[in-house]
Amino acid sequence: MIRERTVNAAILALLVAVPAWAQWADEPFTITLATRVVIFAVAAVGLNIALGLGGLVSLGHAVYFGLGGYAMGVLASHAQNYSPLMEWPLQLDGTKSMPVIWLTAILSSALAAVAIGLLALRTTGVYFIMITLAFGQMAYFFAISWPAYGGEDGLSIYVRNSFPGLNTLIPIQFYGLCLAWLGVVLFLNARLARSSFGLVLTAARQVPQRVEAVGLDPTRAKLVALVISGAITGLAGALFADLNRFVSPTMLSWQMSGEIMVFVILGGVARLFGPVAGAGIFVLLEHLLGGISEYWQLFLGIILLLIVLSGRGGVVGMLSGRGATHE
Amino acid sequence: MSEPLLATRGLTKRFGALTVSEDISIDLRAGEIHAIIGPNGAGKSTLIAQICGALPPDAGDIHILGRDATRLDTRARARLGLARTFQISALAMEHTVLQNALLGCLGARGTPWRFLSDVLRNGHLRSRAEATLERVGLLDLAAVRTAELSHGQRRLLEVAVALTLEPKIFVMDEPMAGLGAEGSRHMTEILSNLRKEAPILLVEHDMDAVFALADRISVLVYGRVVASGTVEEIRADPTVREAYLGEDA
Amino acid sequence: MSAILIVEQVLNGLQSGVMLFLMAAGLTLIFGVMGLINLAHGSLYMVGAFAAAAVAGATGSFVLALGAALVAAALAGGIVELVVIRRLYGRDHLDQVLATFALILIFSEGTRWLFGSFPLYLDIPDWLAGPVTLPGGIQYPLYRLALIVVGLVIAAGLGLLISRTRIGIQIRAGENDREMIAALGVDISRLYTLVFALGAGLAGLAGALVGAIQSVQVGMGEPVLISAFVVIVIGGIGSIKGALVGALMVGLTDTLGGIFLPELFKLFTDPAKATATGSAFASMAIYVLMAAVLVWRPTGLFGARA
Repeated sequence: MIRERTVNAAILALLVAVPAWAQWADEPFTITLATRVVIFAVAAVGLNIALGLGGLVSLGHAVYFGLGGYAMGVLASHAQNYSPLMEWPLQLDGTKSMPVIWLTAILSSALAAVAIGLLALRTTGVYFIMITLAFGQMAYFFAISWPAYGGEDGLSIYVRNSFPGLNTLIPIQFYGLCLAWLGVVLFLNARLARSSFGLVLTAARQVPQRVEAVGLDPTRAKLVALVISGAITGLAGALFADLNRFVSPTMLSWQMSGEIMVFVILGGVARLFGPVAGAGIFVLLEHLLGGISEYWQLFLGIILLLIVLSGRGGVVGMLSGRGATHE
Repeated sequence: MSEPLLATRGLTKRFGALTVSEDISIDLRAGEIHAIIGPNGAGKSTLIAQICGALPPDAGDIHILGRDATRLDTRARARLGLARTFQISALAMEHTVLQNALLGCLGARGTPWRFLSDVLRNGHLRSRAEATLERVGLLDLAAVRTAELSHGQRRLLEVAVALTLEPKIFVMDEPMAGLGAEGSRHMTEILSNLRKEAPILLVEHDMDAVFALADRISVLVYGRVVASGTVEEIRADPTVREAYLGEDA
Repeated sequence: MSAILIVEQVLNGLQSGVMLFLMAAGLTLIFGVMGLINLAHGSLYMVGAFAAAAVAGATGSFVLALGAALVAAALAGGIVELVVIRRLYGRDHLDQVLATFALILIFSEGTRWLFGSFPLYLDIPDWLAGPVTLPGGIQYPLYRLALIVVGLVIAAGLGLLISRTRIGIQIRAGENDREMIAALGVDISRLYTLVFALGAGLAGLAGALVGAIQSVQVGMGEPVLISAFVVIVIGGIGSIKGALVGALMVGLTDTLGGIFLPELFKLFTDPAKATATGSAFASMAIYVLMAAVLVWRPTGLFGARA
C-alpha cells in the first residue's frame, strides 16, 4: 500500500507537471481543464472543512459557490457598463480587479454562512441536510426570478478580470493564480485540523455532550467551521466565474451542491488531498466519458455508487489503504 | 461544617404522570465523597442530568459554590467548576488519548479559538494534559487512538478528562460501570485520592466501591431520598435493607 | 382582486399541496421507518410519469396509465431497495446522500437514454377535461378538482393503513423500536422493501397525475423532491399527519405567494418592478416558511423526536 503522504505528493506533482507539459506542448485546452480541477478542488476543500472536520453534511454549498460567482458577475458587469453599483448613501462602482472581487466573494459568502448556519445549526442530522438543501434552492430560485442580473440567462463578462502584475488572459497565468489559492486553502485546512479550534470542532462532531461538559460550545465551533467553509467555497465560485467569464443560476443549483459533495467523497472525506483527487477524477471522467457517450453521467452514477457502497474512504483512502476515518 | 459546594433544594422533575425526582435536597461538602445509590429506575441519572444542566427541573433549585445555578446551562456550570463523567464513556473515539485530555484542558483554562497553531505543540497545555494522564496511569497510551483502548482504560480516561478541568466539584455517573474486580480496585484508589482536591458526588452500583469510598450515602428510591447518612448508618437502616440492599442479600 | 380569483388560487394551492403530500408521505415513511434519507425519491416520481406517458401513448387509456405509473414506480422502488438501498440502512447520512445522488444520475441518464431529451405529453382524458362550475358560479378545471379529491382519498387511505391494519402496526412499531419489531418475529427486511415500494408507488402516482398538467421530462422530479423535503421538515420527519399539514401549507404558500406578493409590491412601486420583485420573493416564500417553523420548533410541527 502507498502511504497517504506519497499519494498527496503525487497529486501535487501532477498539478504542476500536467499544465507545465500542456504549456510546452501548446495545449491550452488541457490548461483550462486543469484550471477547472483546481477551482473545483478549492470549492471542495471548503466543503471538506465543514464536512470532514465538523461532520456538517451541507447539501447547500452551491449557495456560496454561486454567491462568489455573482460577486464576480455583478462587480465586473457594473465595471464594464460604467454604471455605479449604487449611488446612495455612497457611490460604489463596479470593479475588474480580482483581489477586490475575491474579498467581496469571501465576505458575502461568509455572511451568508452566518445567516444559514444560525438557522440550520438549530437542527442536526437529516434536518440539517434538508435545510441546507432548501436554502440552496431559495438562492437558486431567487437568482432565476430576479431580473436585474440576467435572471435565468445569467451574466457574461467580455474580458477576464485583472490581477496586478499578471496577464490573466493567458491560461497558464490564470492557472497559476488558482493553484496558488489551492495551496493557501490546503495549508489553511491542514493547520486548522491540528489547531485548538480543530480539536474542539472534531470533538464536537463526535461527542458534542462532552464538549459542552468541558465548558465549550459545540454549536459555535460548527458555526465558525461553516463560515470558513462557505468563505472558501465562495472564493472558488468567483474564480470559476472568472474562468468561464460567465455566471448563471446553474452555479447555485442543487446539482452543483451535489457535485461539490461528490468531489469530496470521490477523493475521501476528511483527507487533506481528498477533495483535490476527487475534483481531478470528476473532471477527468467528465472529459473522458463525455467523449465516449452522451450519457456519461450514467456511468458517473454507477462509479459513484460503487465507491460509496464499498465504503473504503474514497480514492485516497483506497490507495493509501486506510479505511474511512469516520467510525 | 463548611458551606456546601453543591446543593440541591426541593428538586422535582416529572415526566407526565411519572415523578422521577421528588423534593430532592442533597449537598456535597469539601473533602467528601457523597454516594447516591438506589435500584435501577430510582432516578439517579435524571438527578445527574439536572445537576449538570442537561435537564431543567420543574421545581427546586441547584446551588454551585453558593451561587444559584438552576438556570445556567451545562457550559456555564462547567465553567463554575463542575466536572462530570458519563455513565457511557463520551470520548472522541477518533482522537488519541492525549487529544481527549487536551480537549478538557482547552475547556478549562485554554484557548479554544486558535486556528493556526498546532495544539500538540502548545507546551503548557500539553504538559497539563500529560500530567493528568500520568495520574490515572494512561500516559504510556497518550498517542493511542481512543477507539483502541480497552473498556477499563476508557473509564480511566473519562475520569482524566474531568480532572483536566481542575474542577471544584466532581459529579461521577457510575465510574465503575463494566469494570472487573481489578479495575474497580484501581478506580477506587484513584477516586479516594481525588476527594482531597474536590469533593465527589458519586452515583454508583458497585456496593463494595461505595462502602469503601463514601463518607456519606443517600439512598434514592422512586425519585425520593429515603435515607441519608454515614456508611454505618445506611448499612444499619432497616428501610434501606428492605428497599434496596435486600436485593443483594 | 376578485373573490373568484382567490378561491381559484386556494384550490390551486390545495391541488399542488395534495400532490406534494403523495411525495412527502413516502419520504417521511422511509425516513421514519428505515432512517434513510432518499434523494432518489424524485426519480421515482419521474419513473411514474414516464411509465404513464408510455402506456397512455400505447393504449390510450388514462386509467391503465395511472396503474402503470403505480406499478412501475413501486417495482423500481422495490428493485432499488433490494439492490442498493438496503446496504445503506446502517450507514451515516452522508453515504445515503451520496448513494442516492448517484441513483438520481443513473435514473435521469437512463431515462434520457430510453426516451430521449424531448418532453413527453400525457393528455387529460375526455371525461376529466373541461371546467366544472362550483357553487358561487366559479369555473374550475375538473381535472384539478379530481386531483384534490384523489389526493385526499389517498391521504385518508394511508391514515387508515397506518392506524388500522397489521402492516400499519408494524410500520409504527418500526418507527419506534427497530429491535423490538425484529424480536416480535416480523420479517424486517420484507417490511422495509414493502414500505419503500409503497412510498415509491405513491411518488410514481403523483408523477403521473401531475404529468398530465405539466410536461413529462427528465429532471421533473427534483424540484418536487426538494419541495417535499421542505414539507417534511415543516411537518416533522416521520409524521404522516405532519406531511399532510406541511404539504397543504407549502402548496398554499407557494401558490398564493406567487399571486399576492406581486400585488403587494404594487402598492409600493411601479407594476413592472413589483411583478419582478414580487415573484422573486414569492419563489422564496416556502423556504422562509420553513425557516420560521424551525425557529419556532426545530423538529417540525409534529416531529416528536430530536
